[in-house]
Amino acid sequence: MVKQKGILYDSTLCVGCGECYNACKAQNKLAKTNSDPLRDHLSAETYTVVEQHDDKYTRRMCMHCQKPTCVSVCPVGAFTKTELGPVLYDADKCIGCRYCMQACPHRVPRYEWSKTNPRVRKCIMCYDKIKKGEGTACSEACPTGATLFGDLEDLKAEAKKRLKENPDTYYQHIYGLEEAGGSNVLILSSVPFEKLGFAANLPKEALPNYTARALEKIPGVVGVGGAFLTGMYWLTNRKNKIAKEKQQEGNK
Amino acid sequence: MKTGSIFKLTFWKAVAVIIIAAGLYSVVFRFSRGLGAATNLNDVFPWGLWIGFDILCGVGLAAGGFTICAVTHIFNIKKFEPLTRPSILTAFLGYLLVIFGLLADLGKPWNIWHAIIMWNTHSVMFEVAWCVMLYTTVLFLEFAPVILERFKLNKLLMIMRKVSIPIMMLGILLSTLHQSSLGSLFLIVPTKMHPLWYSPILPVYFYMSAIATGFAMVIFESYTSARAFNHGIKLNLLSSIAKITFVMLILTAAVRFIDLAILNKLNYLLISSSETYMFYLELFIGTVIPVYLLSQKKFRESRKWLYISALFVIGGFLLNRVNVSITSLTGSANYNYFPSVYEISITMMLVTVGMVAFKLITQNFPVFEELHEGESEESEAVHGREAILSE
Repeated sequence: MVKQKGILYDSTLCVGCGECYNACKAQNKLAKTNSDPLRDHLSAETYTVVEQHDDKYTRRMCMHCQKPTCVSVCPVGAFTKTELGPVLYDADKCIGCRYCMQACPHRVPRYEWSKTNPRVRKCIMCYDKIKKGEGTACSEACPTGATLFGDLEDLKAEAKKRLKENPDTYYQHIYGLEEAGGSNVLILSSVPFEKLGFAANLPKEALPNYTARALEKIPGVVGVGGAFLTGMYWLTNRKNKIAKEKQQEGNK
Repeated sequence: MKTGSIFKLTFWKAVAVIIIAAGLYSVVFRFSRGLGAATNLNDVFPWGLWIGFDILCGVGLAAGGFTICAVTHIFNIKKFEPLTRPSILTAFLGYLLVIFGLLADLGKPWNIWHAIIMWNTHSVMFEVAWCVMLYTTVLFLEFAPVILERFKLNKLLMIMRKVSIPIMMLGILLSTLHQSSLGSLFLIVPTKMHPLWYSPILPVYFYMSAIATGFAMVIFESYTSARAFNHGIKLNLLSSIAKITFVMLILTAAVRFIDLAILNKLNYLLISSSETYMFYLELFIGTVIPVYLLSQKKFRESRKWLYISALFVIGGFLLNRVNVSITSLTGSANYNYFPSVYEISITMMLVTVGMVAFKLITQNFPVFEELHEGESEESEAVHGREAILSE
């Protein structure tokens, strides 16, 4: 079994320099969208962004969920969760229904709205780099160690250690550990996460379970429904026939 | 109908031509400039009018097809037979329009066939895609006898009649899955949707409201086409249909309110917000008013009032689907979506093409025929089928 990789982003160490933003643009050959990394937003040409909330900074990127909603909702399986952890997208399969965008609890996937053959775009955790044993571009570029790349289990342990050792520095929650079934990106903060613009109402249960509960009823509906329709047809048909025969006998 | 009449220009024909021409221009614009230029959709609001109206409402309004089939051919209440053909035709045209709406909305419509070979059975959209494909085929087969009769292809007609009952059963099952799955699509966004519309039983609610609306559509079609063609659809048939609609409306509303109560969401009804007002609007138009109208015998037995009641049911249904797919999601997205002129124009074109196609087909094919001179022929055919099935 391959060890899953992940990213730990500790926003308390972030100084908002935007090196991760620039490195990501260079690595993924994304077009320049804004001269100030702090004033940009996620888009088809921006996989990660640094946001300023009062005096705090936070990053935004794909969370690479353990049980990704995008993987579950895509009708043609254009999304895959790799063994290493990154969630990848295959534009050749995509039909462009944008259900992934509608469904993603983190509102991550973005669309090439201006193109006539548009793709969904999002962070892929530098899959080509990490396959070779390297880190992600953003973690390698980070001058303060706010973005760490490594084995997911090590990062989880590290995050817990930080919360325990410095209870005054941190808001006691690891964002991404349990949200929507957990993810390969973990985030630490000194303030409640909704103050940094994160969705605070995400359930712990992975969202694909919500639709699975409906989908698993299909065989039952077909079976019971089919039997009901056949039975009903037979019964009412027979009733009509008997009524008709009686009528004919009466006529004789 | 005189053969030359199709070229005679009337006011409504001119309106239809203008709508279709504008729609075609919008289609060209949409495919040459992309979705961003043609629509008011964006990264936080990726689904709009085409999904909310063309697809959700298009499929819902086609529900008359399977509901009438079930009543006539499974429950064998044969008196509704005259209503089946127009209902199946509407459903078939409705589904074709859904497919065209989808082609406009998809970013890569040329890949639409991928759903046939690239399976993801965890996806509700996958289920939806298969239901659209299969049920459109079934609707075509259900309507095929009309075409075969027109061209007197009696051998094929006999074969079609032998398999008609299994095909109709398949159609009812597929509709059940499809109507409910459109509700299931939204089960995956519990944190984005407004609580008044989100519910784990959305698929059940979608199914029940589709049945109520399906019957209302039958009344609507009968009235409008009877007016256009002077086919005297029997009033007592429509009154009986109205009773079923009445019961389904009450059941649907009951399920909805019990669900809100169980999930402790009744307090949202007292919060003043645009969502709450939209909820009430939907409730009054789609449930309260038609339930009152249909509870009165004098309205149930008036052609005009039946038609008005049906319009309210359909209007409330449209509002509900638009509320589920658009209104309920605007709050969390913090974006007030309103469709662009191109989105509206393509939608109007699809609806217009559907109405024109309905008119042309009913003029040229025996859709209403069994009502008058075809009646004895049709009942013979029914007898013939029964004889074959009982062998």
